[in-house]
Amino acid sequence: MNGLMGEMGAKALKLGIPLGVQLDLTYRCNERCVHCYLDHDDHGEMTTPEIKDLLDQLAAAGVFFLILSGGEIFLRKDLFEIVEYARKLMFSVKLKTNAVMIRKAKAKRIAALGVESVQISVYSHRAEVHDAITKLPGSFRRTIEGARLLKSNGVRVSLANVLMRHNANDYPEVQALAAELGVGYNVDPTITPMMDGDRSILDLNIAPGVLERVFHNSTLVGNAEEFCAPPSGPLAQADALDSLPCSAGHTACYISPYGDVFPCVQFPLPSGNVRKIRFLDIWQHSPQLKEVRAITMADLQGCSSCAHGSSCSRCPGLAYLEGNMRGPSTQDCEKSLARTGVPSMNLLRKGAAMATPNPTVAAFAPKYPRGTQPVMWMARE
Amino acid sequence: MSTNRYVARANNVAARMIGGEMMIMSGADSSLYSLNETASILWQAADGVTPLAQIVEKHICGDYAVDPAMALRDAEELSEELARHGILLLSDDPLPDSGPPSKASP
Repeated sequence: MNGLMGEMGAKALKLGIPLGVQLDLTYRCNERCVHCYLDHDDHGEMTTPEIKDLLDQLAAAGVFFLILSGGEIFLRKDLFEIVEYARKLMFSVKLKTNAVMIRKAKAKRIAALGVESVQISVYSHRAEVHDAITKLPGSFRRTIEGARLLKSNGVRVSLANVLMRHNANDYPEVQALAAELGVGYNVDPTITPMMDGDRSILDLNIAPGVLERVFHNSTLVGNAEEFCAPPSGPLAQADALDSLPCSAGHTACYISPYGDVFPCVQFPLPSGNVRKIRFLDIWQHSPQLKEVRAITMADLQGCSSCAHGSSCSRCPGLAYLEGNMRGPSTQDCEKSLARTGVPSMNLLRKGAAMATPNPTVAAFAPKYPRGTQPVMWMARE
Repeated sequence: MSTNRYVARANNVAARMIGGEMMIMSGADSSLYSLNETASILWQAADGVTPLAQIVEKHICGDYAVDPAMALRDAEELSEELARHGILLLSDDPLPDSGPPSKASP
């Protein structure tokens, strides 16, 4: 992140503004993906008026980027009412969907509402593999049709390709499919634990060799040589005191369909509920968010002096799910090993460096990969 | 240049006032723009039906020590610049149905 986007992020951090929020509208879904981390039962989703009121609060708090996700968002009958309201409040709205329910009329309406982009989950270029992962027969055909309809209506689309054992070697063809459709492509070799902490789905993670190939592919990671460069050592003490682990709880947060606020979708530390407390009060005064914000790199046990300290993509949410938000995230240590071939201090301590089980990685596409433009200026006299 | 020009916010942009600056993202190419205080005032007042000259007179000249003719000239230049980037609509006729309501400020 650089230029004006970087300036906006820095200003938001300084002023304590939640620049980006992911709001899951539902956990219900028409697919039953084998790797999904959610419970799909409806335990009392926020109503349309509750969500509109929440959007008013988010706009007032300064939220710029709004991701609407799920579950499958099109299972909400009020989805367009919500998106229309969000656009009136001038959020940059991104939708995450499987696109199975998107047909001509819906694609046109999404385009007309000025949605920033739509991210669509695609697992393989082979229908039988995709459908076996989603457990919804015919889903591949409908998903790709949805993507084409959105694209033909001028909507910015990207395919999100989560990798797991079932589809580990299909990503080059999915990438080619995205190119044929004229849409973006992001690979995500991350299978994360379920929201309730159940780690059994981690067994689906791809093999270390596949992960290494992904990391060394410049079409996926940008400059692979730079991305996979040897670790440049721990952060200097002064930098470690100032450096923040990530944006979770600092300039971003996640809200569940039931109104629960968390630092991030991947960091299930309950921090308050907007049905009981106003969002801004939670954002500014929640003890849990304050605790997350108080952590600097210097506080990270076993990380601050690790050789990967200055280049590690440690996820505090995964560390929390592992039992200690100030501790290492073994999944990220395994990532660093796959990138560089150098084991982290945590892996060395565990004696696991030589037999790395199921490495996983976080999505490495920038969250807001936007170009920046010159600042408009009008003189004040 | 006509002094009866009308300006309206484009309907495919995202915008929010952050730390005193209006941040605007173009829906066309996701480019990000930052408007300073006076430009933000103009952009927020761009409702498509109030003439630009009236916006300048009411919202700029009233609050800033500025020569009205110069302020209008600056506003016209700024409006044309923003229109070139697709985040503002500019017309010799009113644009009553264009642009979202201004709800970008906390």
